[in-house]
Amino acid sequence: MADAVEIAYFVEARRQVLPGPYDVTLVEGSITTEEEIERIKEVRRQSGLLVTIGACATSGGIQALRNWADVGEFTRTVYASPEYIHTLDRSRPVSDFVPVDFELRGCPISKQQLVDLVTSLLIGRKPSVPEHAVCNECKRHGTVCVMVAQGIPCLGPATQAGCGAICPAYNRGCYGCFGPMELPNPAALGARFIAMGQTARDVSRAFRSFNGYSAAFRAASEQFEKDAIPR
Amino acid sequence: MTEQTPLLGGQVVISKPALQQLFDALRTAGYSLIGPTVREDAIVYDEIAQLTDIPIGWADEQAPGTYRLRRRDDQAHFGFVVGPHSWKRYLSPPSLRLFATRRTGDGFSVETSNDPPPRYAFIGVRACDLVAIAVQDRVFVEGPVQEPHYKARRERAFVLAVNCTEPGGTCFCASMRTGPRCSSGFDLALTELDDAFLCEVGSALGAQMLSAVEWRPAGAFELSRARQAMADALTRMGRGLNTHNLPELLYDNLEHPHWANVAERCLSCANCTMVCPTCFCSDVQETSDLVGETAARVRVWDSCFNREFSYVFGGHLRPNTRARYRQWLTHKLASWTDQYGVLGCVGCGRCITWCPVGIDLTQELAAIRGEGQL
Ligand code: SF4
Ligand code: SF4
Ligand code: SF4
Ligand code: SF4
Repeated sequence: MADAVEIAYFVEARRQVLPGPYDVTLVEGSITTEEEIERIKEVRRQSGLLVTIGACATSGGIQALRNWADVGEFTRTVYASPEYIHTLDRSRPVSDFVPVDFELRGCPISKQQLVDLVTSLLIGRKPSVPEHAVCNECKRHGTVCVMVAQGIPCLGPATQAGCGAICPAYNRGCYGCFGPMELPNPAALGARFIAMGQTARDVSRAFRSFNGYSAAFRAASEQFEKDAIPR
Repeated sequence: MTEQTPLLGGQVVISKPALQQLFDALRTAGYSLIGPTVREDAIVYDEIAQLTDIPIGWADEQAPGTYRLRRRDDQAHFGFVVGPHSWKRYLSPPSLRLFATRRTGDGFSVETSNDPPPRYAFIGVRACDLVAIAVQDRVFVEGPVQEPHYKARRERAFVLAVNCTEPGGTCFCASMRTGPRCSSGFDLALTELDDAFLCEVGSALGAQMLSAVEWRPAGAFELSRARQAMADALTRMGRGLNTHNLPELLYDNLEHPHWANVAERCLSCANCTMVCPTCFCSDVQETSDLVGETAARVRVWDSCFNREFSYVFGGHLRPNTRARYRQWLTHKLASWTDQYGVLGCVGCGRCITWCPVGIDLTQELAAIRGEGQL
């Protein structure tokens, strides 16, 4: 990659920092502080294309679990001197603050998708990043469906493909690392989990992980959370 | 070893262990054997070598959205039906590199593979799947355009079929008139009896392969037992589908409110199309290295349940699940007939079993026809 692309700012890998503007900026991480809001706006101004990569940047990440809790309480419990912690009460995706041109999902992202994205930008073609369900990858690989054959709840039918359907290949249900697919139906999938013996609380928790704060999974986790409360 | 060759169309009896002799003969003739085997809690198709690789003594219990293996209390060799895989995995692979290109000065060269495709012997093909292969033959080789990759694999394949004496919980081949008995499209077809196989010879190649196997002519008793077993099987279908005027039914009901009802339950996950032995849709993807020196074109299975699949310049043709499910069912059971002269459903039941939420096309169609209740 090094010859075709000049890396201007990647302090983990290269000390030298080149001044903007930049053709493409890849942004990792969610927005959790006031400073980050200002910084992402500046990044947007300096960037031709802004691409968010990973579950944190695209949907708020696992730290968005605090979006359903009291952050003050967390900081008081975790940090010895909570007064030094300045944080927003929510962990939010980059797209809540600035327009995003493209998203690479995943926790972690797929290296292949990253290379493909950079290649397509260099060549001028469409990146091959699918928006359909993980199930497509299971079936292409010939992996037997864990949901049908073993009754293991699997988020694959609501999750965007890209990981290669790794978890079902290891006898586990998909955890939803790549976030909601195009046109997900988490309500119907969750109803099926319940028919398979899960509680509404289990279902709410299943949707509330790395991508729990994405619109579709958030709505589902909140709905099943409500359903879990005895009336 | 029997010296003479059995007659085409004839029926012979082979012992159960003698099936290994047939496997050996096929392997000696250069075939790689693909057949049922237990893996990941299901019966899948994979490369096999020995008779012991097949699921002897196993059965599968199938219902909408569930599949469970079960030990039988006998040593039946084919006491199960079809699983999550179908033969299209081998005839029209899920991912196939069509060609590669390399930059050469001011032009580029195209590299296609000249290796002949593998020579497969399919072991244990059921009646519904024989018809499914015939349907794909119409699509890929009998139409105005031939698909060379499919054609090469298909022409080289040997088919050892098996008649179903115990239909599964989601099977409805009797309604579709595709099974449970194999009527054509095989080299050899077995009917499993308690202590032996009755073997019908469907081609000269099949007869030739039998010449390396110990067999004896079938007696009246075996023939009548097999006939009885097939008659019983017909009455044990897991499901049924009223096929009367199917295309008209669907064309007349494109705006039926039931499509919205299915859309509430359907996940648009594409499992049904991927497991269906007749669904053939694919996407063509281009890959290239970072500097643009080499590129390749790869064909992968795709589905009408994926939005990208119906993207045309300016937008997506089927933006919601209602439109996608309707497209799927209407194609299988109506417009397929206009295109290929046959229905696109052979009644194998895979889409019912392997739908994660158990959507059952036989019930959806009954609802549209106004029969039964959901
Ligand atoms: S295992 Fe999960 S991702 Fe794979 S086909 Fe089944 S439901 Fe879909
Ligand atoms: S649909 Fe018919 S032919 Fe196919 S597996 Fe079931 S019983 Fe056998
Ligand atoms: S539509 Fe369903 S039952 Fe019909 S052939 Fe396809 S998978 Fe089998
Ligand atoms: S019918 Fe079932 S398998 Fe097919 S797309 Fe809908 S949910 Fe998935």
